[in-house]
Amino acid sequence: MMFSKYLPFFPDQASTIAWQVDALYLFLVAITIFFTGLVAAMVLTFSIKYRKEKNPIATQIEGSVPLEIMWSVIPLGIAMVIYVWAAILYFNMERAPKQAMEIYVVGKQWMWKVQHPSGPREINQLHIPVDQNVRLTMISQDVLHSFSIPEFRVKHEVLPGRYTQLWFNANKTGTYHLFCTQYCGTKHSGMIGEIIVMEPAMYQAWLSGGSGEGSLASNGEKLFTSLGCVTCHSGQSGARGPNLAGAFGNPVKLADGRTVVADENYVRESILNPQAKIVAGFGPIMPTFTGQINEESLIQLVAYVKSLQAEKQTTTGAVAGSTTNPNPEPKQGKPTK
Amino acid sequence: MSTAVTDVVVTETHVMPEEHYLNADHSLKSWLLTQDHKRIAILYMLTITFFFFVGGIMASLVRLELLTPAGDLLESDTYNKAFTMHGVMMIFFFLIPSVPATLGNFLIPMMIGAKDLAFPKINLLSWYIFVVGACFGLAAMITGGVDTGWTFYAPLSTTYSNTNVILTAVGILIAGFASIFTGLNFIVTIHKMRAPGQTWFRLPLFVWAHYAASIIMVLGTPVIAITLILVALERGFHIGIFDPRLGGDPILFQHMFWFYSHPAVYIMILPGMGVISEVVTTFSHKRIFGYKAIAFSSVAIAVFGFLVWAHHMFIAGISMYAALIFSLISFLVAIPSAIKVFNWSATLYKGSVRWNTPMLYAFGFIGLFTIGGLTGLFLAALGLDVHLTETYFIVAHFHYVMVGGMVLAYLCGIHHWWPKMTGRLYPELPAKLSALLVFVGFNLTFMPQFILGYLGMPRRYHSYPPEWQVLNVLSTAGASILAIGFLLPMLYLVWSLKYGQVAGPNPWESTGLEWETSSPPPSHNFHETPVVTSEPYNYGEKEGEV
Repeated sequence: MMFSKYLPFFPDQASTIAWQVDALYLFLVAITIFFTGLVAAMVLTFSIKYRKEKNPIATQIEGSVPLEIMWSVIPLGIAMVIYVWAAILYFNMERAPKQAMEIYVVGKQWMWKVQHPSGPREINQLHIPVDQNVRLTMISQDVLHSFSIPEFRVKHEVLPGRYTQLWFNANKTGTYHLFCTQYCGTKHSGMIGEIIVMEPAMYQAWLSGGSGEGSLASNGEKLFTSLGCVTCHSGQSGARGPNLAGAFGNPVKLADGRTVVADENYVRESILNPQAKIVAGFGPIMPTFTGQINEESLIQLVAYVKSLQAEKQTTTGAVAGSTTNPNPEPKQGKPTK
Repeated sequence: MSTAVTDVVVTETHVMPEEHYLNADHSLKSWLLTQDHKRIAILYMLTITFFFFVGGIMASLVRLELLTPAGDLLESDTYNKAFTMHGVMMIFFFLIPSVPATLGNFLIPMMIGAKDLAFPKINLLSWYIFVVGACFGLAAMITGGVDTGWTFYAPLSTTYSNTNVILTAVGILIAGFASIFTGLNFIVTIHKMRAPGQTWFRLPLFVWAHYAASIIMVLGTPVIAITLILVALERGFHIGIFDPRLGGDPILFQHMFWFYSHPAVYIMILPGMGVISEVVTTFSHKRIFGYKAIAFSSVAIAVFGFLVWAHHMFIAGISMYAALIFSLISFLVAIPSAIKVFNWSATLYKGSVRWNTPMLYAFGFIGLFTIGGLTGLFLAALGLDVHLTETYFIVAHFHYVMVGGMVLAYLCGIHHWWPKMTGRLYPELPAKLSALLVFVGFNLTFMPQFILGYLGMPRRYHSYPPEWQVLNVLSTAGASILAIGFLLPMLYLVWSLKYGQVAGPNPWESTGLEWETSSPPPSHNFHETPVVTSEPYNYGEKEGEV
């Protein structure tokens, strides 16, 4: 869709959602041109045709109720079409498909740090395979940031203090822009990077070329031991802390009677602020880990807690680059080549 | 009324009235202690013109930097301060007071046949408060500036920025009280001070628009005041409100900030719409088409405008269902604006249209505001906003409404009422030229920014990928033309104070009450209290519906 190298009108369409956003955009551009043209035509025609020299005496017209109704109802109808269309699109963009490869992103002034589940880490770059759902779980270490890939037409804010998610399915190999679009201080415009979409085989090769840092979950397991979490969350009956195996993704009954779903944000909060949501049947005895763990380590711990799930429900375990799936269903995505 | 129509209404026979509000007393004290709403309007006008040019210089720096992809003209920090101060100066110290505090102040009492506003001393006080607030803003700029963006998003503003955040916030906080006082004064004046016979539906639409804007000023401004105080508390005393490290929530800041700052764009645009209603009728010598539709659409905008704030936060991690509601209401608030545009256009139908400068600005307003409004739909549309928000599309949309809409309306009003305010006409030819320059320059500046936005260029970027240079160069070129268009009126308006043709009481043959008294008006506006016997815009006998 590039008109020319120097005067482009559209960014590349490099994700499954891109053409849908473009379609809505073009519809709105058409509406804008139509109504601007209509108003301009009315203003110019009337003001030329009825200029004072031609029409020295104005005809006094009070107004017209049918016209008022017409130009309220027609724009309202068009607006509602756009509203529904855009809302459906938004829901498709916001709700990640169940089957998605998970990658973790930490934003900080002024860089993007990426961790792949199987271990590789990168800075200001994100390598992903083509034609696969990818879900980013993102958090900021300091101020607000925003993760934007114009060629994919996706963007989401990255907040301090809680995880947000963004998903996409890149359907065209290549290198694309990554921007931080939420103003974040001095080097805001330097908080940029590249998204590199690769053929799956190339991606696997890239993954295996990484340093042997161990997978996210295994690093999380080491932290789990070294921080002493394992002493209470031992998984044995009578342990002082709840058993974490199988907990992730499922509802948890709290001491105050509420029920919450144990998602990434819940796990993170329970590490940093254990008193906030006490699991029913346990005492408020866990110390806080605020200040002792950075965001990247927290992500490793979260990944480990998630993997406990996988170990319990499936026997395959997390394989490098494979989809991790809290609620296994019959696979419908493309098989990894 | 007038049936005999000559080419130029103004004849040489007009002479300046012997005594008027400008020459009632020449001492500086008489200006600084004046309680005359007209003089206070002039004080406001001089003040905000100064801030318009300060903000304009900042905008020039931004556009010059963006001439090249690399960040090479300014340091990153300087650039960030430049766009922040551009936003702060333009929004808080120019746009918000622009039409209400100058034209509104000058005209509302005259349009309703009153001697002054209800509380003349509070009116003067509001100017002083504004000046004090603006001085804080200026001091913040001179002593190092502020780099948070005019939106002051936490926790950048509360914890991480080490620039003059508190000083700027104090300035805005103080100036906010000026806004509250002005709004309060207008509301009371419009309720209590109308001339005999001046019923609500005989009020000029300019007054309706200001009434609606005043409601927002009074109800909305305290919220920004509270928000800025909380920012200062967190910044100064580490009380955790917005920063998650201190136990706060940064999204809370955005909710509070936009609860004011979204309605604030209606504070800015509604009075401008009021100007357009007056100018379109005067220069087509015709009743307004759909008086009540326009009047009630102002009120509808003021009410709905309070319920759309979270459309600034669709990707900030708010609930999807909240987003659904806010998107819906954002679409609804577009309808009253559409009604106004159609009614203004229809007013021209079978009118007797005069192509004077104010009318050219009004045409420009209608066209550019239409584009600004329609591009607002792109951003209210949830799935499209995800791609467009935080890019230059936002910048372009906002400027289409605020410059293409509001600044054009301001210039439109200044030209229209210049003879009333000064007693002399502006020179028509240079004025038309500047209107043309503003229109062309404006479109050349901001049209490329829509495209840049769709391409994904983030706003507030000091440097950008080289493939976007051509569009940025076009934008900067447009900004240069725009700057000339803004500077020209400064020259010929000042020139006209001495050399302009004497206008006489009613050079445009308008029906408004403000034109029934001499130009410039006497200190007490009217020698006798006028009695209103007919609807506004009574340019002749009604000839029924279309």
